Amino acid sequence: MIRSKARPPRTITLLAVAAALAATACSGTTNAGDTKDGFTQAPQSDGPLTVWVDSTRLPAAQLYQKQHPAVKMDIVTYDGDANGSNYLQTKVSLFNRTGNGWPDVVFSSQNNEATWAVTAKFAAPLNKGLIPQSLLDGWANNANQPCTVDGVVHCLRNDLSQTVLWYNAALMTQWGYTVPTTWEQYEALGKKVATEHPGYLVGAAGDTFTPEIYLWASKCGANHITGPKAVAVNTTSPACTRMASLLDRLVAAKTMSTSSVFSSDFDKNEADKILMMPGPSWYGGSLFQGTFKTPKGQVGIAPMPHWADDPSPSAGNVGGGTWLLSAHSAHLKAATDFLTWVTTSDDYQGKLAVGYPAYAPAAKTWLAAQAASGYYANDITAPLQAAAGQVWPDWGYGQFSQEAIWAATVTPGLTAGKTIVSMLPAWQKAIADYARSDGYQVTE
Amino acid sequence: MTTVGSRPRPSRAAPAFVAGYVTLLVAFGIVPTAYAIYFAFTDNEGAFAGLANFAVAAADFRFLPAIGHVALYLVCWLAALVVLVVALALLLHRLGASGAGRTLRLLYYLPGALAGAAGVMVWLFVLDPVVSPVGFLLRALGYETFGQVIAPGNLPVLFAAIAFWTGAGGWIVVLYGALNTISTEVLEAARIDGAGAWQTAWRTQIPLLRKWIVYMVILAFAGGTQLFVEPQLLSQASVGVAGRDYSPNQLSYDFAFQNDNVNTAAAISVELLVVGLVVAAVFVVRSGFFDAD
Repeated sequence: MIRSKARPPRTITLLAVAAALAATACSGTTNAGDTKDGFTQAPQSDGPLTVWVDSTRLPAAQLYQKQHPAVKMDIVTYDGDANGSNYLQTKVSLFNRTGNGWPDVVFSSQNNEATWAVTAKFAAPLNKGLIPQSLLDGWANNANQPCTVDGVVHCLRNDLSQTVLWYNAALMTQWGYTVPTTWEQYEALGKKVATEHPGYLVGAAGDTFTPEIYLWASKCGANHITGPKAVAVNTTSPACTRMASLLDRLVAAKTMSTSSVFSSDFDKNEADKILMMPGPSWYGGSLFQGTFKTPKGQVGIAPMPHWADDPSPSAGNVGGGTWLLSAHSAHLKAATDFLTWVTTSDDYQGKLAVGYPAYAPAAKTWLAAQAASGYYANDITAPLQAAAGQVWPDWGYGQFSQEAIWAATVTPGLTAGKTIVSMLPAWQKAIADYARSDGYQVTE
Repeated sequence: MTTVGSRPRPSRAAPAFVAGYVTLLVAFGIVPTAYAIYFAFTDNEGAFAGLANFAVAAADFRFLPAIGHVALYLVCWLAALVVLVVALALLLHRLGASGAGRTLRLLYYLPGALAGAAGVMVWLFVLDPVVSPVGFLLRALGYETFGQVIAPGNLPVLFAAIAFWTGAGGWIVVLYGALNTISTEVLEAARIDGAGAWQTAWRTQIPLLRKWIVYMVILAFAGGTQLFVEPQLLSQASVGVAGRDYSPNQLSYDFAFQNDNVNTAAAISVELLVVGLVVAAVFVVRSGFFDAD
């Protein structure tokens, strides 16, 4: 029997129309395909708000849930894309194929998520109506630069990771040393330590973010993102070679470690031998207080050294996570509320967060809390606030991972005894190759 | 006299058992393979692309190094597999059903019972001289740090060691089973002819194991070309020192999820499939794998 020619009974037709009307009514204020706030929004509904966080940001989501018990939340812990795992990108790529599964809000420890998340149509524009400009103005200068593509903000920076010079104030006083203000003084002190206190360190160059601490602060143009898909790469300019040479000389003097500060061998053999250590703002809580268990009152902060002939001091940056809101979210109001709270709340950013908040008012609370803890040997407020405004803006965030490229290209050679200067051309070639494979126009 | 009607009827259970296998083979073997082949020869719009995706893969700066890495790894892994697995299986067979034999069988099998990723995690600790239970050996070899141990030149040997540790136990048990099928009369004859343990193994047992060894090499080769978990986890643990595009399979993964180019990723997968099939065919033909005994 061929049923297709039979007319549907009137009752069934009416039921179908009623069901369609009911579905439209239940879909909330926005219909499929409606363009609002600068993007095409999904039909809105009442389901649970799905939030992806790493383990460090889990307390943030939990605190929000505690303070907002009426909000139904599904908190998922993932690796936060740590070490450039690309977990989020992988999953979003699959969700884009299946047409569902996207989290509403997600935290990433990587600053370059916007570079693919915008192309993949995952990240919703935030400054087109979802979040008022008056609130966005509260972020530190250039803090949301990694999130901005063609003038549109697609994520919010969680924390800044500006670099400063950490030092052991007790040893400095005991040995009669002065904290260096220039790289020339820094190197001279490093060599002096090699002679007078062999075994002690003035820094470590064995981490994947070594270029972001030292070469970025030296204004080395290895990673100048000049457009959404354009990068200028020059690793052999004087700004690069003089910092690489300085590192090589201190490695040779054995006062610059070639181990990672997070490796077991550093923890066992070198963690208690740190006189100075250029590094990001999160070194204090995460590394010295957390991993190394350095006693209270020993660690101080000074501004990053600068070259004596450079009148404008500059700092590098190591990380600082971002929060993204899904353009596919069916709970935009709840998602926006959570995103706003988690990035600006004094209760979380000011009092609980481990890193220097990117939202300036919360940063003040955070600095006050850090100062009140009495852990540091000096007042950390001024150096951190100054460094927050000194991050050199000509080092950007491309889709390719600078950390992974440095790790694969330079770190093995450094471990094998090669100089960094000798590997700068290979580093440049690797950056250019990876950038091109990601579709970047490369200028060398 | 033969009665035609007495011929045993095939059991009805047999097709049911085979159907289960065939269903899974189609669902998780043939359909995904066909899907990958479709992707490999089309562009992202679904239009026929000829060999364009293969050309993109071959022209990528990471492609040849990845092939070289896996080729080196396969040399180490297959050599270790053939020599050590056969030797350990012979040793096990010699110990027979003694308590030591039973214990060794369990010990050989145990690492294979760990899931691949968990096995690699164990090795991440084993290879760190500071926390490794065999740290003294690593230090004796001149390695003081994890970074020194996982130097790029060491990776083929390290991956082969990890693969051997996680995968060889099962093969030892298989070859031990194969050795048990050799008739005692044959071994007895060899002994009466004056063959010692070494000569019995070399001239009698190993030739009779040939097909099992070929079978092992074919599967190990195909598995080896798929190298992924070991370098991927080591890359994570070493924060990139091992490289996230060390093997063609990782490169394929990167094309799919880093470069958003599923078609080129599929082309690399198809190439790996073709290489595995060709090598299997060569081994099968050269070894007379399907010849009747």
